[in-house]
Amino acid sequence: MSADYVLETQNLIKEFKGFTAVDDVSLKIQRGNIHALIGPNGAGKTTVFNLLTKFLTPTSGTILFNGNDITSMQSAAIARKGVVRSFQISAVFPHLSVLENVRVALQRKEGNSFHFWKSDKILNRLNDRAVELLESVGLGDFADAKTVDLSYGRKRALEIATTLALEPELMLLDEPTQGMGHEDVDVVANLIKRVSKDRTILMVEHNLHVVSKLADQITVLQRGAVLTEGNYETVSADPRVQEAYLGVAAEEVQA
Amino acid sequence: MKISKFNIVLLGLALVAPFAFYPVLLMKVLCFALFACAFNLLLGFVGLLSFGHAVFLGTGGYVTGYLMMNTGLTPELGILAGTIASGLLGAVYGKLSVKREGIYFAMVTLALAQLMFFVFLQAPFTGGEDGLQGIPRGHLFGFIDLSDNLNMYYFVLAIFLFGFWLINRTVHSPFGQILKAIRDNEPRATSLGYNVNDYKWAAFVISAALAGLAGSTKTLVFQLASLTDVHWHMSGEVVLMTLLGGMGTIFGPVVGAAVVVGIQNFLSGGELGNYVHIIMGLIFIVCVLAFRSGIVGEIQKIVKRNFG
Repeated sequence: MSADYVLETQNLIKEFKGFTAVDDVSLKIQRGNIHALIGPNGAGKTTVFNLLTKFLTPTSGTILFNGNDITSMQSAAIARKGVVRSFQISAVFPHLSVLENVRVALQRKEGNSFHFWKSDKILNRLNDRAVELLESVGLGDFADAKTVDLSYGRKRALEIATTLALEPELMLLDEPTQGMGHEDVDVVANLIKRVSKDRTILMVEHNLHVVSKLADQITVLQRGAVLTEGNYETVSADPRVQEAYLGVAAEEVQA
Repeated sequence: MKISKFNIVLLGLALVAPFAFYPVLLMKVLCFALFACAFNLLLGFVGLLSFGHAVFLGTGGYVTGYLMMNTGLTPELGILAGTIASGLLGAVYGKLSVKREGIYFAMVTLALAQLMFFVFLQAPFTGGEDGLQGIPRGHLFGFIDLSDNLNMYYFVLAIFLFGFWLINRTVHSPFGQILKAIRDNEPRATSLGYNVNDYKWAAFVISAALAGLAGSTKTLVFQLASLTDVHWHMSGEVVLMTLLGGMGTIFGPVVGAAVVVGIQNFLSGGELGNYVHIIMGLIFIVCVLAFRSGIVGEIQKIVKRNFG
């Protein structure tokens, strides 16, 4: 039954000139879960993200969203359906204010985004909702700041607020804690936990501490293919996973 | 747009300027200022460097010129027709070019512009190398004689102000907000559900139409439509004006156009006339090396540093 699954991929394959980056990946993302995609560098995690959001076109395979085939849809259309992604590097609009960043997302549903003859003051009616969203990620005091001046952790929080503005059914987070210090990692992990209520999240994450804390379900990729799936206990006990990915960490613990 | 004291002073100056300067020179500045502002809408606010914008200036000019000479159209309708023609050409060229980025976008626009250059060179109704000469200015709305330079000046000023206002409004509109977002981070704009190419295309059409408006007006001022206006030199000149004045600023292109036209006018009369291109080239180099944000951009920085 596909009804329990927000997103499904069937035999997804992506080949770059003689190199198979994603090899026959079939994922099932259960509604309401935080689903983590892990694997060593070059395992094809980000490529899977790019395929799901059509930033890359799959060589073959099918992508189903709520049971509907979205394989041939364009990026922007998929986003409008409710699948919204973040990026590995923080995806903000640096020269807009923090408030404007969120407003750009809220603006889409207003249907006035081609109205070049109107004053942008009509967007001010979105400000209350934008501030609300900023407060929900702890950025309430930074609404008027220029985004480029924010710290890295705050930029990621802003990115999440902007994504939330679209009220996505499925959020795809690409390494949300990458490049962060310990404190920021915890802040963002808590934030993800909080916003995961009522929605489904698929995340690529390197930080196993974060994965163990957040993920309901984990898929391990290796060389483009699914190695194993399950919850943290199952996956981390799998000797193949330990060899491919956790092996390094295990050795470190022993050393 | 805010009506500040600064803007009122500028408007006052523009109104009395023809009594201090030669009106035709001022009209030339206004036409090029509008052209540069239209170009800046793309470069400064969408991040698209078109290297063929002269084609829209020239197309507007030829269409208006041809209609003024061969039909009894009043000047305002002639200009409107030229503007629409450039807008339509922009719609086609924009569709073909906005999918490309960076240098490829510049090359595609250049190639498409050269295509039209040869059309204007060969087509039977454009006068070939000679262009269209002796185009009548006509009577505005049928009764205001535009052969009077002062009347013509205020007409041109009104057109410029309309174009300038429209560009400002576009920049500060819900649409402009999305343009700025695309300029800042295109993949993110896509991931928020915006078809970025549609927005770029719309900006391209607006920019092309306003460049056409500038060209149509210029044709009436000089009563001439010639290949100079569609030549790629002209596409380069508008880049220079915009960078010199300050790209991405509202007043930058206006200042840049005034400086470039002023220098050309000053040099063409004297012994240095043969060196115009060399001198303009040197200015361009100095601008790129020493003050990249242009005259207005640098002034804004100084003001911000000292008073901000």
